[in-house]
Amino acid sequence: MRKVAVVGAGLTRFMRRAQETGPELAWLAASRALESCELNLKDVDSVALGSAPDAFDGVHMKGEYLSAGAGGWGRPVIRPYAGGGTGVLMPVHAWFNVASGLSDVCLVVAEEKMSTCHPHPQGAFLTIFDNILERPLEPNLIWIFALEMRRYMETYGIAKEEIALVSVKNKRNGLDHPSTHVAEEITVEDVLESEVMVSPVNRLDISPVSDGAAAIVIAAEDVAQRLTDKPVWIDGVGWNLDTAYWTNRDLAYPSYVERAARMAYKMAGITEPRKQINVVEPYDPFSYKELHHLEGLLLADKGQAPKITADGVTQRNGDMPVCPSGGLLGVGNPIAAAGLMKVCEIFWQLRGEAGRRQVPGQPKVGLAQAWGDLMQVGTVVVMRVD
Amino acid sequence: MGSTEHVERVTDLRAWPGDFPVSHLYTMGIAGERFFRELKDSGRFLGTRCAACDHVYLPPSLFCPRCFAALEEWKEVGPQGTVRAVTTAHRGVDGETLETPETLALIQLDGADDLLVHRIEESNGVSIGARVEAVLKEAAQRQGSILDVRYFRPV
Amino acid sequence: MRERTTPLPGTPLSDAAVHQGKVLTLEWPSSLRYAWDTGVAVGRFLSELKRGRIIGRRCHRCQRVLVPPRMFCERCFHPTDAWQYVEDSGTINTYSESHIRWDASRIEEPILVAVIEIDGASGGGLLHYLGEVRAEDLRIGMKVKAVWKPAEERQGSILDIRYFRPFDSAQDRPA
Repeated sequence: MRKVAVVGAGLTRFMRRAQETGPELAWLAASRALESCELNLKDVDSVALGSAPDAFDGVHMKGEYLSAGAGGWGRPVIRPYAGGGTGVLMPVHAWFNVASGLSDVCLVVAEEKMSTCHPHPQGAFLTIFDNILERPLEPNLIWIFALEMRRYMETYGIAKEEIALVSVKNKRNGLDHPSTHVAEEITVEDVLESEVMVSPVNRLDISPVSDGAAAIVIAAEDVAQRLTDKPVWIDGVGWNLDTAYWTNRDLAYPSYVERAARMAYKMAGITEPRKQINVVEPYDPFSYKELHHLEGLLLADKGQAPKITADGVTQRNGDMPVCPSGGLLGVGNPIAAAGLMKVCEIFWQLRGEAGRRQVPGQPKVGLAQAWGDLMQVGTVVVMRVD
Repeated sequence: MGSTEHVERVTDLRAWPGDFPVSHLYTMGIAGERFFRELKDSGRFLGTRCAACDHVYLPPSLFCPRCFAALEEWKEVGPQGTVRAVTTAHRGVDGETLETPETLALIQLDGADDLLVHRIEESNGVSIGARVEAVLKEAAQRQGSILDVRYFRPV
Repeated sequence: MRERTTPLPGTPLSDAAVHQGKVLTLEWPSSLRYAWDTGVAVGRFLSELKRGRIIGRRCHRCQRVLVPPRMFCERCFHPTDAWQYVEDSGTINTYSESHIRWDASRIEEPILVAVIEIDGASGGGLLHYLGEVRAEDLRIGMKVKAVWKPAEERQGSILDIRYFRPFDSAQDRPA
């Protein structure tokens, strides 16, 4: 199979509400990604497009609706969908397109316009619950994260203060990200004193809903070498889905993330992830999820991610920087675009182009991970520069 | 063993009714905002033109879907146009029978390359190729909506 | 004032801009209504709830009793083998106190919810309310028991159980 690299990336601002339509947002990010590697749309021969539920935008067949803004006119377009996991699942499908020889240049675009959904985008998630056995209880989406968070905390004896450090770190890191609309300097006390939505989740533990788009350009080896002297190779891909019967799962540990990670590590030849991976962007829609996911990625022992966080290991200048972008907590959460934003970040970090967010030490290998559906999908890519 | 269970208790078979209680507040977008403002304030139709593809988009697009160029050339189109396709609907949105059948057409406004969907009235029937013109609401009643156009009628 | 790199594209809109009509908007309700088939397993489950009982399905290969019941086991991908009644008591696997409704609006009286591992089922079980208990007294591992609506009020719904309450087997009489 051919080697495949990321050669360009582009983002829009992330916003609570964008005036642009979905296709306009998609085009803004996609055209920037093409400009970044001096390609035109005519150089693209396939498109992978991602966006979370159609219910957010209130548009039927949202993929088809967005495709013109994603460069899909007259091209083969695929829309892989995995809820919040979509942002990292699309590069996986783009990898398929190119590695198989079917396509030389694949434009990957993620867009989200959650603000359309009223009274609140959370309403679009109502049917994520079992319509017969759970919706009569009138649940809020945050219930399931709160229940998972408490199970994680009590299984390993983790305190709220330890988890709050993730919000503090990511919101500070996000101050250096041009897309952010939610970055700020906060303290652990700020997190603990912020409004309790569903215990133990406080308002500052949650990344807010956002509109925005992200895009990357993926190319086959020979094309990539011509376009740039620093192609970022996609060395490993993995994805895995757990049961939708979430009340029957072990909520303390995301085994679906582990299975996705093992798949990607095997492909990438990673045998000691803690030593071999230099920079990590796990999905952090909630502060505890960064910790939960680090453990599922085998980058920390079970229950130990809070300790490495407290020890500073995951700061930008630490031994294993985590979410140097600021993540969802620090930049914003336009669901599918948020995951792809993480892939953009790894791309820039490995090329030394992350500006004020750059982690020192010339990182060579990075990992982006996303998560979604009914807390049941893990999607992982491992990327590397020579 | 088969995967179907022989159901003896008919009362076990049920459908559970429910709904999806959300609404959607759509913005028009950057290009759409200008299109609808112009329609509301001046009663004019605007499209955007891609010089490289020599194509005038209606409704106007911020970008060319064919070549991805940013489109900055706005041009007035219509208010007259040509019918390119036509149909008469006897059923409404929910499948109900309409008291008065509704004629809908795809109309190419003069100067535009794309087609607009709208109603045809003041007519006993139009054919493909017929010339039509837009009939707008009075300025004070226009809201920046496609319904600011009441219908098209034969010229 | 934080420094930014080159400004990225995108036009943020404030709530005020929308409410004051500074941009044109259009609102449509989504009047979608559904009638979800319960399927064989949940159909029986609901009928049993009406009778004041909780029922699961047994998978012989995996040696699991599944609650909620399903007609195939997603782990081994075979049809499940038999119905099995389980208890209406269980253990709290995790719990939470909600101060918001489904649409993110705040509520005065917080709701207590939990994932309850049902006695007799294999691993977890049901999402439901907790009652007759204070949030600060809740513990993972606490024993709880269903409080049912009276028989004449039950309709074959998960709400036939009002909530689960703490259960001290030494003090409570059996249901």
